[in-house]
Amino acid sequence: MVNVTLRVNGETRSASVPPETTLLRLLRDQFNLTGSKLGCDVGDCGACTVIVDGQPVNSCLMLVGQVEGREVLTIEGLANADHLYPLQKLFEHFGSLQCGFCGPGVIMSAKALLDENPDPSTEEIRDALGGNLCRCTGYTKMIEAIKGASCILRGEEAPLVKSA
Amino acid sequence: MTTRFIGKPLKRKEDPRLIQGLSHYVDDLNLAGMHYAAFLRSPYAHANIRSVDLSKARRASGVVLALSGTDIDGAIQPVPCAAQIPDMKSGARPVLARDRVRFVGESVAVLVASDRYAARDALDLIEVDYEPLTPIVNPEKAIAKGAAPLHAGQKDNVAFKWELEGGDLKAAFKAADKVIKQRIVNQRVIPVPIETRGVLADYQPGEGQLTVWSSTQIPHLLRTQIASMLNFPETLVHVVAPEVGGGFGTKLNVYPEEAIVAYLAIQLGKPVKWSESRRENFQATIHGRDQIDDLEVAIKRDGTILGLRCRVIADLGAYYQLLTPLIPTLTGLMMTGCYKIPAARMEITGVFTNKMATDAYRGAGRPEATYLIERVMDLVAAELKKGPVEVRRKNFPQPKDFPYATPTGLIYDSGDYQKALDMALKVADYKKLRQEQAKLRKEERYMGIGISTYVEICGMGPSSAMPAGGWESATVRVEPTGRVSVMTGSSPHGQGQETTFAQMGADVLGIDPSQVQVVHGDTSVVPYGIGTFGSRATAVGGTAVYKSLQKVKEKLARIAAHIVGSDPERMVFANRKIFAKQSPKKSVAFGQAVSAAYVAKTLPAEMEPGLEATTFFEPTNFTYPFGTHICVVEIDAETGDVKLVRYVAVDDCGNVINPLLVEGQVQGGIVQSVGQALFEEAVYDEQGQLITGELMDYALPRASDMCWIEAARTVTPTPVNPLGVKGVGEAGTIAATPALAGAVADALAPFGVHHVDMPFKREKIWQVMSKNRRRVQ
Repeated sequence: MVNVTLRVNGETRSASVPPETTLLRLLRDQFNLTGSKLGCDVGDCGACTVIVDGQPVNSCLMLVGQVEGREVLTIEGLANADHLYPLQKLFEHFGSLQCGFCGPGVIMSAKALLDENPDPSTEEIRDALGGNLCRCTGYTKMIEAIKGASCILRGEEAPLVKSA
Repeated sequence: MTTRFIGKPLKRKEDPRLIQGLSHYVDDLNLAGMHYAAFLRSPYAHANIRSVDLSKARRASGVVLALSGTDIDGAIQPVPCAAQIPDMKSGARPVLARDRVRFVGESVAVLVASDRYAARDALDLIEVDYEPLTPIVNPEKAIAKGAAPLHAGQKDNVAFKWELEGGDLKAAFKAADKVIKQRIVNQRVIPVPIETRGVLADYQPGEGQLTVWSSTQIPHLLRTQIASMLNFPETLVHVVAPEVGGGFGTKLNVYPEEAIVAYLAIQLGKPVKWSESRRENFQATIHGRDQIDDLEVAIKRDGTILGLRCRVIADLGAYYQLLTPLIPTLTGLMMTGCYKIPAARMEITGVFTNKMATDAYRGAGRPEATYLIERVMDLVAAELKKGPVEVRRKNFPQPKDFPYATPTGLIYDSGDYQKALDMALKVADYKKLRQEQAKLRKEERYMGIGISTYVEICGMGPSSAMPAGGWESATVRVEPTGRVSVMTGSSPHGQGQETTFAQMGADVLGIDPSQVQVVHGDTSVVPYGIGTFGSRATAVGGTAVYKSLQKVKEKLARIAAHIVGSDPERMVFANRKIFAKQSPKKSVAFGQAVSAAYVAKTLPAEMEPGLEATTFFEPTNFTYPFGTHICVVEIDAETGDVKLVRYVAVDDCGNVINPLLVEGQVQGGIVQSVGQALFEEAVYDEQGQLITGELMDYALPRASDMCWIEAARTVTPTPVNPLGVKGVGEAGTIAATPALAGAVADALAPFGVHHVDMPFKREKIWQVMSKNRRRVQ
């Protein structure tokens, strides 16, 4: 067993787990943060994407030994008590998800993109979602939402034409 | 009814939990004392099992139970198949193989351990003595003379023969100016929902209650089947479909794992969970398509199609799943597409091979039909040197021809195919596209334009034409507080009926959608239902909801009229009030009328208290959505790479409850279709090994593979249900592959090529171009 202490969604968390435990398993099984999903367990689908020290990572590929002392943000840490994060609002606005299983990973990849590039082009958004598979939506409404969220985060008006 | 909410792009009620990661799919559920199941699967496509030795695995740390096929023999019935075809042979799948394995991934043993790692590790300690047999992978070889039958006691690998003929085919071919022959292949694909399957079962011995959470599209049918397979009282089986992460037909099924995990929970008296790995999902969850179609088309010189004959070899895999034999027959029913073809004949040979079963994958038999008939239209156009638009128009039925009877025995309810085609041509600016194409060809750049005018069969369906009931149920209960509960037998898993059914409830009862809660997927809470598949949830399930809402509304109108002293027929529901149409002052608050139904002191004479209604809606016909898709590709002459340049989709799914959701369904379906057309292909090698068994080897479309989809709609309401809705879940997968195939063939026309089989991978296209270059230049 190894002891690990890290920051998850702004809180210090510790656990004692076998060394082969992945960050995804740590989040889901030890901290009951089940928002990050297991879709393939080998880094192909991106459903487990979380942000570690500002970088989007496949949490199914990161071992506990690699996260000691690091800052992890998961889908559960994106909204605060009263407010959804702009990406979440816009995903809701455009109806960007269907079954929702890939959603947490997609939103975290998009968050990492917008943190680094506040005004991405459509092509840059498509590239940033390159590691996230979605089988329901065809990605179009996700891209619209990410564009819209980038406007809001830059303090501009978002093009909110689609829904009531 | 004033429609304040129906037809509007309301935000989805499902989304707040999904976008915050607060939803619970099966693998997110945990119970105290939960154990984990793992399955040992065959590495051979075809082998006799000489013995299974579980002794070492049983002694492994954490393992509490290990069972082989012999251990459970007789305790669990084989996997059910609801589809019956006259004289079809037995292809029942045992839940665990006992004497022989017939595909890679078939389960041979199962064990349960205290944690998931111990369970997986202990699989390595199971010793199976296999005697490998020659696998039969190619369906044509499977039915060739001398091929050994997969199933004992059968003389060959023909599972069934199915024929359908309508019109005078002989006369059609006799009168033809030309006959075109072509073989087309609709390759096997793997559905790949991003959530794999999963099952959690809990048994309470005191109460005798078995609860099964499963990632399923059909909770009630699963409950009945688990009860039957385990010989367990159905009343004590409770099935829950929690949040389901995509189905696409794969979860419209009953799998061995669902029955076995339930059985293990009963045996152990402990909760048992099984989560399918991605590799298991590739190997042991149903596949789709897989048809070889040999076509003969009788045509007149003017482009009129007189007759169509098609012989299909349908690769079923090794066993039947729930609907396996049914799927290719749907191709037969829809083979004439949206054209007035007077005579048609379909001959299907269902074939057993050493592969996973095929079954319903989004579209289920109809994408194959559209692909077939749309390729025919393009081949006819090429043969006669006419445009693809002209040939299609020539053969369309006119709006006045509806309801239109096909030679395959269907009655298309409504349609205006010209209108959708015209709109798509306009949105795409078709004329200009052709000019651009001509210009690019001079520069030796290969742009192609593909057209698919389609009709699909949806709203499944009248029970007389369905394997096990085609109706749907709904209960509407207005609770004493005035909140409305809608319990639907549909089982949405991303389609958004929690939102659309709430929109309906709000409009019928004159309240806000926030006051309507849609409940689904829990067999203890909702009335017995059928489930979500076949683009039926709104057309059939929604109609059941609508009818129950009307019943509740009528009762409320009587109560309100009684209170204010008016005529129930004249009561209007709006803004949380119920009032007399001519004298709005005669008004009661919605909540007051609801309360009266429960307090039951001021009800009209003879009226029962309570405010609840249930409907089992039986549709009189299927619905037939239609449309036109236009696709533009450019092929890189150096690499063979097919680049999607534009995509225009005009769909007519009748009335629309929520356009936001309809758009999403169309977009998603198109992208799945693009996947099949451009990259996806389940490849088994000669030994029957699935070599595209991981996401690294099986390419799904990614965000960067798509161009923008330009979507528009025509609206032709169906007369089949009071909502005028047809269904839209499968439109994209049904319409899009032929548009892409047409575009690729059109791009390759300068090379003298008129048909290439999917998928249009670079290497294949490059070879086609290289081989044919000299011929043309």
